[in-house]
Amino acid sequence: MIQSTVLKEKHIAAGARMMEFAGWDMPVQYAGILDEYHTVRGACGVFDISHMGEFFVRGPGACAWLESLLVSRVSKLLVGEAQYSILLNEAGGVIDDLYVYRIQELEFLLIVNASKIDEDEAWMRSHLAGEVTFENCSNLFSALAVQGPNSPAIFKKCFGRELPSMRNRILEFERGGESLWVATTGYTGEVGFEVVCRNDQVGGLWDSLLLAGCLPCGLGARDVLRLEMAYPLNGSDLGYERTPLEAGLGFFVDLSKESFVGRDVLIAQKLAGIPSRLTAMVIDGKSPPMRSHYAVYSGETQIAETTSGGLSPALGTAIAMAYLPSEYATPDTELSIDVRGRRYPARVIKKPFLKKTK
Amino acid sequence: MNIPENLRYADSHEWILVDGDTATVGITDHAQAELTDIVFAEPPKPGSTFSAGQVSAVVESVKAASDIYSPVSGEVTESNDELAANPSLLNTDPYGAGWIFKIRLSNPAEVEALKDSAAYAGHIAR
Repeated sequence: MIQSTVLKEKHIAAGARMMEFAGWDMPVQYAGILDEYHTVRGACGVFDISHMGEFFVRGPGACAWLESLLVSRVSKLLVGEAQYSILLNEAGGVIDDLYVYRIQELEFLLIVNASKIDEDEAWMRSHLAGEVTFENCSNLFSALAVQGPNSPAIFKKCFGRELPSMRNRILEFERGGESLWVATTGYTGEVGFEVVCRNDQVGGLWDSLLLAGCLPCGLGARDVLRLEMAYPLNGSDLGYERTPLEAGLGFFVDLSKESFVGRDVLIAQKLAGIPSRLTAMVIDGKSPPMRSHYAVYSGETQIAETTSGGLSPALGTAIAMAYLPSEYATPDTELSIDVRGRRYPARVIKKPFLKKTK
Repeated sequence: MNIPENLRYADSHEWILVDGDTATVGITDHAQAELTDIVFAEPPKPGSTFSAGQVSAVVESVKAASDIYSPVSGEVTESNDELAANPSLLNTDPYGAGWIFKIRLSNPAEVEALKDSAAYAGHIAR
């Protein structure tokens, strides 16, 4: 059964075009994907991300248990800090990528992809160990992502305080007698914050954010924004078949940890040589937007298939990502991508597509 | 929604304007609104031939590629080169500067099978 967020009626009232995403009826756009893209790059947009999952992990063993399942060193997090991490299967393949927030010394909030809530929960429960309680509160919580250069000003207007200037921070405070979390995280490459709150709080928050000058933005713009930053999307750019090392996420993997699920495979892969790399490619010149599952060629040989693609409004060209055999994954390698039987020249570049100067 | 009375319409949301033995083809206002921001158009090459209902062009929005079907059979005599540089003409002026191609009708009787504006209005209201 298709699920709706608390804000569905507000989306429709704001002119949203709704679409199914990961089992949820979500706004794909309001004013238009490109307009919303420019809103986020140049002003401030708000996305309903209530479809995403919220897990709470508590107890004296919480930190150690998360470290045994996730690729990152969770124990490095101080209370109020956040970390991007990845949940692997035994084969080193990606089950999900997620954010870990240390909200108390012995309490962690995990925000996971909507499409993976059930699978993540089942996996984590089947690996429960130590003094830990695991709670899936996805149905009780809503979340909003407020992104764009004006988001600090919007934050101040809405919450009467300064937005923390550091990324990857989370703070809990009261608003109207109810507590909520604000985290300086996001999926667009812009400065911004994400709010996690109880379902009954989100309508009022949405209204305040719009009143403060945010424009509503849909999943269409979100996908363009994340792709320009070469942020992977699970299910497209990440999956069981590839390790985080191949996905270029080695920075988030701490192989010096004694053990975590998938570690042995990653170490073996590192020793043997990483066979493929999730690589960014631009199409110089006029071309259709790239999409997923387009064939990538070196000369006359197909070497890969795109995992994500689109048109970069910032670059004005089509862009794509693919797992290329490592020998092709160096900047300036000349390749081509087939679109409906016609080959367009593609050039490997260093990620991200959009180089932010900050 | 703009549905000019002088045009005929296919269920797949193309319009044609018949002028003697040739017709101009484009997509309707409804179609462009549904497709949203069009960022790429691939009109057919002059000289290509299509039968009615055959895929003759592709337009792409930010989100997806969509096939455009020829409402009638015939040979393409001209295609709109402006669309390469400015695909958003399909959004801003779907019945004018956003036309896609011109086709010489090989079976003019097919035009009668297409919807008039009232019937097309009913079709998109369903």
